[in-house]
Amino acid sequence: MSSAQVTERPALPAKREITTRPRFSDRVFRAVVTTGGLSSLVILGLILLFLLINGYDTFHQQGLHFLTSSNWQAVVSDSGKVDTANSHFGIAAMLIGTLILAVIAIAVGVPISVGAAIFLTFYAPPSIKKIMVTAIDLMAAFPSVLFGLWGFFVLESSAEYWAKLLNKFLGWIPFFKLPEPYVSRSPFIAGLVLAIMIIPIVTSISREIFAQTPLDRIQAAYALGGTRFAMLRAVAFPFARSGIVGGVMLGLGRAMGETVAVYTVLNIVYQVNWQILFSAGGNVASMILLKFGEASPYEIKALMAAGLVLFILTLIVNSLANLIVSRTGKSGR
Amino acid sequence: MSTIPQASKIVPQRPWKASRKDRVETGSIFVFAALVSILVVALTPLKGKLAYFVIFAIAYLAIDFVFHLRKAGRPAAVDSFFRGLVTMAILVAVTPILSILATVWIRGHKGLHLSLFTSDMRSNAFTDPVSQGGLIHAIVGTGLLVIFAMIISVPIGILTAVYLTEIRGRFTRPIEFLVQAMSGVPSIVAGLFIYAAILVPLTKTVNGIQGSLALAILMIPTVARTSQEVLKLIPNDLREAGVALGGTQWRSVAIVVVPAARSGLITAMILGVARVAGETAPILLLTGGSGAKNFNMFSGSMGSLPNYIWQAFASGTPEAITRAWAGILVLLVIVIALFSIARFLGNRKVGAK
Repeated sequence: MSSAQVTERPALPAKREITTRPRFSDRVFRAVVTTGGLSSLVILGLILLFLLINGYDTFHQQGLHFLTSSNWQAVVSDSGKVDTANSHFGIAAMLIGTLILAVIAIAVGVPISVGAAIFLTFYAPPSIKKIMVTAIDLMAAFPSVLFGLWGFFVLESSAEYWAKLLNKFLGWIPFFKLPEPYVSRSPFIAGLVLAIMIIPIVTSISREIFAQTPLDRIQAAYALGGTRFAMLRAVAFPFARSGIVGGVMLGLGRAMGETVAVYTVLNIVYQVNWQILFSAGGNVASMILLKFGEASPYEIKALMAAGLVLFILTLIVNSLANLIVSRTGKSGR
Repeated sequence: MSTIPQASKIVPQRPWKASRKDRVETGSIFVFAALVSILVVALTPLKGKLAYFVIFAIAYLAIDFVFHLRKAGRPAAVDSFFRGLVTMAILVAVTPILSILATVWIRGHKGLHLSLFTSDMRSNAFTDPVSQGGLIHAIVGTGLLVIFAMIISVPIGILTAVYLTEIRGRFTRPIEFLVQAMSGVPSIVAGLFIYAAILVPLTKTVNGIQGSLALAILMIPTVARTSQEVLKLIPNDLREAGVALGGTQWRSVAIVVVPAARSGLITAMILGVARVAGETAPILLLTGGSGAKNFNMFSGSMGSLPNYIWQAFASGTPEAITRAWAGILVLLVIVIALFSIARFLGNRKVGAK
């Protein structure tokens, strides 16, 4: 009986090859996924390449003046030909404008965002926290044209009043001086709109970093009899400091690249204007949008060069920011 | 025996919770500060909502500080002061959201009517009475732009996320870095790039697909980063089970990991769409703004909601501005709906079918 069973036993399957070498399907899979993964490199590289090709003429003709002069003139002769010798392109005024707007946005937006993040992490009851976090995340999804229109129609009237107050009481500071009494559509108001636009991103990054504060240290601070503020000062701030700097820089990158909101709110005038309450200013991105409509192909090349400068600027700021943020997350303790 | 208290009578003590006395104290400081602000506004030349708020804030912080200083000493006073400060920060952070939502509804709903969703702007100017014309062409255009942007960016974004979580080859760190860098590319630069790479050398005119390409560039980082977060949450047991059953890596990813993360990946997709649906700057450079419906992505000017809002705003008359706010209302409703769907899906347990 047992012998019959033995004879009926099916033949063993052929021995499989034991190997760590990936199979063919896996090799295809890995190749496809790696290609997809490298796409971000390819896209960033292509952006750099195409803006460089198109902007090369301008860089070649203007040299360093492109970054240091504030003269933007595309001279077209009577025959419709572009007069390259007399055309000058320099974006210094707009670079300074970009800087001013970003600094106002950071100065106003960051204290609010960090305070809000502290409240949400350490003070808020769970129910309020949930609602507030949802609201702030939702704000991050608002389109920038909405911020622009809101700034133009709603914030403008209040902010003009604040600007007049600032001028009245702090007018002795050079930045708050007014050459003429025009305060509408000023860099101050555009900076406020940008500040509101960066609140969601800075808040959510600060919140994530505060949430990583080691619980044992928090409890140790409380166990030593510290108040909540003492705990924050001794434990949470030192832990989160560099991460918040990273979050602020991400906000800075966002504020520097903003186009539509600035274009809507700000009265774009091509000049260097340090007086933030005065109705004139601009940034590189909004200048590109403004000049693009009626630009000749020759001038568009200069705009491409300006775009390249903006691209490199935001890339540097964002990369530094991400390095700082990711370092805090990993080597926090 | 009777000395042992019954279990049901033991009530947990929470000495850190605010007692009734504390609440009364906080409430009276609040009321007192409010009275001070009303008095100051009434008696001095300071006027306006801002004056009320600022004086109230200062008065509240000052009274609170002094009260706690006398009651419990300096550390408690500083602690209470700081609590007041951060509470005000969150109020200031949330105020613009409420103001924006209220403004959009108050100014936008006047421009809403049914024919908005049935007619287009082919034969109407933005300055015509609000009851004429509509924005169906813009809704169609935005829908098409976003769908094509999705078709381009979702595969790339998910492949990037799969590379970062499943393959983990030697490019993992550089790619992670580049994806983050890419999320900071200003939208106008994406528009300029497509203009330089496609519009100038190839098409020489505006069309829809160029807009979609620019939107895809802005969408890829959002999709990739959210998908990566989701795939990270898939328990390693699932991958090991797939491999232990004799599956190749390709099969365990395709049959086990990705289906388990399905709802999360859809969330990533929707968040990407919400990110780009209202993007205006590249649209203005690349797609044109036709007033008629255009279903052909590859030729002809393509209207879209951001473009409609922009043109209406630029026209400047009261009718046109009402149109702009109505357009924003429609756009915002779409964005909030997408956001809510993403939230709903994202809150479900990962791996749940």
